Amino acid sequence: MKVMAMRVTVNGEATDLPAGTSVADLIALLELEPRGIAVAVDGEVVTRRTWGERPLAAGERIEILSIAQGG
Amino acid sequence: MTAIELHSDPLVIAGEAFRSRLILGTGGAPNLDLLEEALTVSGTEITTVALRRVDPSAPGSLFELLRRTGIRPLPNTAGCFTARDAVRTAQLGREALETDWVKLEVVADERTLLPDPVELLDAAEQLVDDGFVVLAYTNDDPVLARRLEDAGVAAVMPLGSPIGSGMGIRNPYNLAMILEAAGVPVVLDAGIGTASDAARAMELGCDAVLLATAVTRARDPVGMADAMRRAVEAGRLARRAGRIPRRLYAEASTSDEGLADLG
Repeated sequence: MKVMAMRVTVNGEATDLPAGTSVADLIALLELEPRGIAVAVDGEVVTRRTWGERPLAAGERIEILSIAQGG
Repeated sequence: MTAIELHSDPLVIAGEAFRSRLILGTGGAPNLDLLEEALTVSGTEITTVALRRVDPSAPGSLFELLRRTGIRPLPNTAGCFTARDAVRTAQLGREALETDWVKLEVVADERTLLPDPVELLDAAEQLVDDGFVVLAYTNDDPVLARRLEDAGVAAVMPLGSPIGSGMGIRNPYNLAMILEAAGVPVVLDAGIGTASDAARAMELGCDAVLLATAVTRARDPVGMADAMRRAVEAGRLARRAGRIPRRLYAEASTSDEGLADLG
């Protein structure tokens, strides 16, 4: 059976993901080291312990942030 | 006060003690190797970091650098213009670094980067309610400093002059009023250009100095980090030792008694 795709925005870029992808799945898919990372979906912070329970939906804007140099 | 006594003169913020009174930010360093060396030489125990979109292609890891050096990261809200954005960014910093501490920065415009007092106070109140330890970057305004303290911030951090300007401490008179009234640590934040500015902040009675550009954009960042460490220590020692009063005319340090009559 073909997995349905959904289009979301990840850090400003349109991205197609399999339907039902969670925040945790997305982090794994992007091969990101989870430590030192924070995620917001449509402007709301998704706490680390709920990444696995937060399915993404078509049209959502996901921001994945890490620390950078700053004063 | 000897070096040993310096170590027993800790900076205490929200119940946590630090030997170093220099907070060196990570912003502006040409590369991570130079940054690590500058941080180490500066003796800083707290360093500010920003939150930006993850860049998997970025060379090296600031996160690993901080773990390796053991320096406590202080996430900031740089780039936020509204209380709403600053609160969200603080929450993201808490997630990324598992710390309740935040350097709250809410600026009014790109040109001056001066704090927006209305948004700043609003954000400070929300973050304190949410359990954050807030170190608030603020104007050199004694009234705003008091309002921030009333809101429950852990430290007030008045600017000496605009961020990155290197113009030093433009209003020592206002700073003196802030220092006189403050019941929380006062950290001089922004505007430091060179070592004498940092020493002066400490001589005026500040509890600590926060700077980034003055070191990271110096011709020799590691050399300037060393200079800043010494300047902050010297300024603190001078403050504790007590400066002499300023006077218009000379006062001889050598006695006239026993002066030869050579006439």
